Amino acid sequence: MCLGIPGEIVEIKAGRDDLAIVDVVGVRRAINIGLLGQDQVGIGDWVLVHVGFAMSKIDEAEAAATLALLNDLGQAYTDELQALAESDIT
Amino acid sequence: MRFVDEYRDADRARALATQIAALCEPGRQYKFMEVCGGHTHTIYKHGLEDYLPENVSLVHGPGCPVCVIPMGRVDDAIAIAHEPGVIMTAFGDMMRVPGGSGSFFDAKAAGADIRMVYSPLDALKIARTNPDRRVVFMAIGFETTSPSTAMTVLRAAAEGIDNFSVFCNHVTILPAIKAILDSPDLRLDGFLGPGHVSTVIGCRPYEFIARDYGKPLVCAGFEPLDLLQSVFMLLEQLAEGRCEVENQYTRVVPWEGNLRALEAIGRVMELRPYFEWRGLGFISHSALRMRDEYAAFDAERLFDVPGVRVADPKACQCGEVLKGVLKPWECKVFGTACTPETPIGTCMVSSEGACAAYYNFGRFTRQRLAVAVRA
Repeated sequence: MCLGIPGEIVEIKAGRDDLAIVDVVGVRRAINIGLLGQDQVGIGDWVLVHVGFAMSKIDEAEAAATLALLNDLGQAYTDELQALAESDIT
Repeated sequence: MRFVDEYRDADRARALATQIAALCEPGRQYKFMEVCGGHTHTIYKHGLEDYLPENVSLVHGPGCPVCVIPMGRVDDAIAIAHEPGVIMTAFGDMMRVPGGSGSFFDAKAAGADIRMVYSPLDALKIARTNPDRRVVFMAIGFETTSPSTAMTVLRAAAEGIDNFSVFCNHVTILPAIKAILDSPDLRLDGFLGPGHVSTVIGCRPYEFIARDYGKPLVCAGFEPLDLLQSVFMLLEQLAEGRCEVENQYTRVVPWEGNLRALEAIGRVMELRPYFEWRGLGFISHSALRMRDEYAAFDAERLFDVPGVRVADPKACQCGEVLKGVLKPWECKVFGTACTPETPIGTCMVSSEGACAAYYNFGRFTRQRLAVAVRA
């Protein structure tokens, strides 16, 4: 929960500029990007996602490092990814 | 793994360890608190204490949001969940946290409609699709999650959703750090500041720690080398007679934080006069409640909340662990009566809890060391 999950923005929803689709290790889910300026993020950018909201923009190297760290968490990370996969905020 | 290796390179870790050792004054003991549970996890997982000289020790702080929820608040939430027509929603981490009379899982088994969600926005969607039910979101967490709750309430208000409310248990990290600094139990030499909380609040709010308490703080990343680098930066400040807030994790943490997130929190929530923290007791201005303008979304006003106060089980020493006074393995019930499967204390529930991190990783390192020493 305190550790964000990195995701790559692959789509910004038409008509809802606070909603984006991110790819998190192959799982595609809608997240809210309203806490980052719309001019700050675009397709191809990496963001740290906390409970469905992008909280900060990061670079690809940081995303890879964070994913490796989350993998170390084992079950807790699997549970978090599962919860994300079941999330539907649209 | 391209990218990752540069944060985990053993040669660089050893080089940093040598630099750290060179900065230590002989005979002086150094105690640094890592505030964040994510840091605790890295420390145990990678055996970082083995890289530090014997006179440098890391103590674990109160930065696990699940761990600090007092049992009475769990009981209050369960009482709300049993009200007619209620769907209680909560993060998965919350489900096993023991209250005075069982956990959310127990309440679910007893017939309450309690559902796990990933995001408060999932809870809002449940409200939208169940207009005849009252949907309550059990909001917990530090500044990494409170902006999300605030944004969800703003969304609910904008959409005119009238069957959604928040049972607000959000806490703020600074008063807890202050309580630890004011406590006579522990003499600390500095802090490793929380990485992701700082993406929201920035570095400036920590300045009172350096200014008023004379302790340096370095906002630290989560990789093993980040933490060693941050310990080095703390020791360097002490060696040079400086006492400042520094940011090691500049690749993620902006000095000013996330102003939009802070603004969202400020619009929807305000500080409570006081709030009970598990193990730490009542701390002034340490938690958030809903503002009057959003009373319609405040479960505490919509429901008859019993306001239960439950003393922690006598055997449980989570309070001492959360204050950094005890290491997890020094607790009387650690690993025997209290395990991740059957936790007595909250520190064993969440993966960010010091006891769970030590149970899952650290104890094996210590066992290996013990065997190596005997051999």
